[in-house]
Amino acid sequence: MGRRAVLSKRIISCLDVRDGRLAKSVKFVDTRDIGDPAATARNYYEEGIDELVLYDITASSDNRAIMIDVVSAVAARIFIPFSVGGGLRTVEDCTRVRLAGAEKINLNTAAVADPTLLTQASKALGSQAVVLSMDVLAVPASPQTPSGYEIVTHGGRVRTGLDAIAWARKGMELGAGELVVNSIDADGTREGYELRLTRMIAEAVSIPVIASGGGGTPQHLYDVLTEGRADAALVASILHFGEYTIREIKEYLRKRGVKVRMV
Amino acid sequence: MIVIVDYSAGNLTSVKRALDYLAIPCTISSDPHKVLTAENIIFPGVGHAGSALRVLRERGLDAALKEAFGKGTPILGICLGAQIILSSSEETDLPCLDLIAGTCPRLALSDPELKIPHMGWDSIILRKPHPVLRGIAPDDEFYFVHSFHPRPRSEGDILAVCDYGIAFPAAIGRGNLIATQFHPEKSGAAGLRLLTDFAKWDGAPC
Repeated sequence: MGRRAVLSKRIISCLDVRDGRLAKSVKFVDTRDIGDPAATARNYYEEGIDELVLYDITASSDNRAIMIDVVSAVAARIFIPFSVGGGLRTVEDCTRVRLAGAEKINLNTAAVADPTLLTQASKALGSQAVVLSMDVLAVPASPQTPSGYEIVTHGGRVRTGLDAIAWARKGMELGAGELVVNSIDADGTREGYELRLTRMIAEAVSIPVIASGGGGTPQHLYDVLTEGRADAALVASILHFGEYTIREIKEYLRKRGVKVRMV
Repeated sequence: MIVIVDYSAGNLTSVKRALDYLAIPCTISSDPHKVLTAENIIFPGVGHAGSALRVLRERGLDAALKEAFGKGTPILGICLGAQIILSSSEETDLPCLDLIAGTCPRLALSDPELKIPHMGWDSIILRKPHPVLRGIAPDDEFYFVHSFHPRPRSEGDILAVCDYGIAFPAAIGRGNLIATQFHPEKSGAAGLRLLTDFAKWDGAPC
């Protein structure tokens, strides 16, 4: 048959939302700059994105309720799975975004502060709905961080002392159904994903791993989905600046033998 | 009017959102009478087979579904709703609805590279033509999230398979009942086409 029985590799787009609007406006090849998350989500959906992450970076908790309206507006317009992260502190927060239409919830800092939140959320929503996002910094290997990778929070400003591999395994045991591995070192460089880190985590767990940080070209996605052994790749600026379309990225991957969903 | 059966099992609102977007009239209900008088029924579900069956029984929805199936109402089962319509499931000791003879084993994969749950986008291979599946193109992929899968006793009830280490039934059907292991409401344009074709379906298999 020639076809290996594997799932398609997923391309996931991340949108940062502040006070109900996109933190950075997204430029599409043939449309004007727009700041509306739902309209942007719809554009990506039509172009063939496989999944979406909405990340709430609203600073003031007063404006957090707006995010629920954003989630509902997105859920009414796209018919693929999407997840919501940022500002989720309790199971009630998680349940609220799920009821508003998100398929999955992303926990990051709150899970570091209280790991049992992963278990509570997976009991309430099922582990397939619980994504653990990890911000990872390369550090010298030490008895505390033998892998040479440490979990950090607050965009890298706060070190936790947790070893990335140990935290990934623990997250899985506590109920996470999926991991986002975000390299703080690679993030924003657009010079490629952190392949070594991604591969180490992917080999340490039996749940899907989503690579994040550093994607700047289709080749970078190819590298992390093959050599890096990621199940999915998170993309941000590569799409937002309109340099490549989702279709172009997927055609590139397909030509090089990676199974992707074509729309 | 399509009635989406409410038995507190997950993805009801995503199914409703998809139908609302398609301007297909629908309502969510846990009332057995509404289920019995529905023009079409969608039987969705995410979660544990045992707790789902208990809720169905408490609300009298198991009997309503059986009666609706018997009198020819077109029914679409989704995910858990494609599993508990069989006679039994490895996930629970409770008897299932037995609308289609068969069972639901856990995905048994020999390839350690393949993860369980089977979660993500995958293609399907059509085995039999069906009015609800007629819009599916060979390249179309669908969104799956599951650890168990339906296995009808009769090969003739298998409409499509998915190859994930083993070829498991991805869509099954008998008479006025069709059910998909994948989530059409989360499968982009291909899934919306399936829902549209279901809304038009009169319940005749071909």
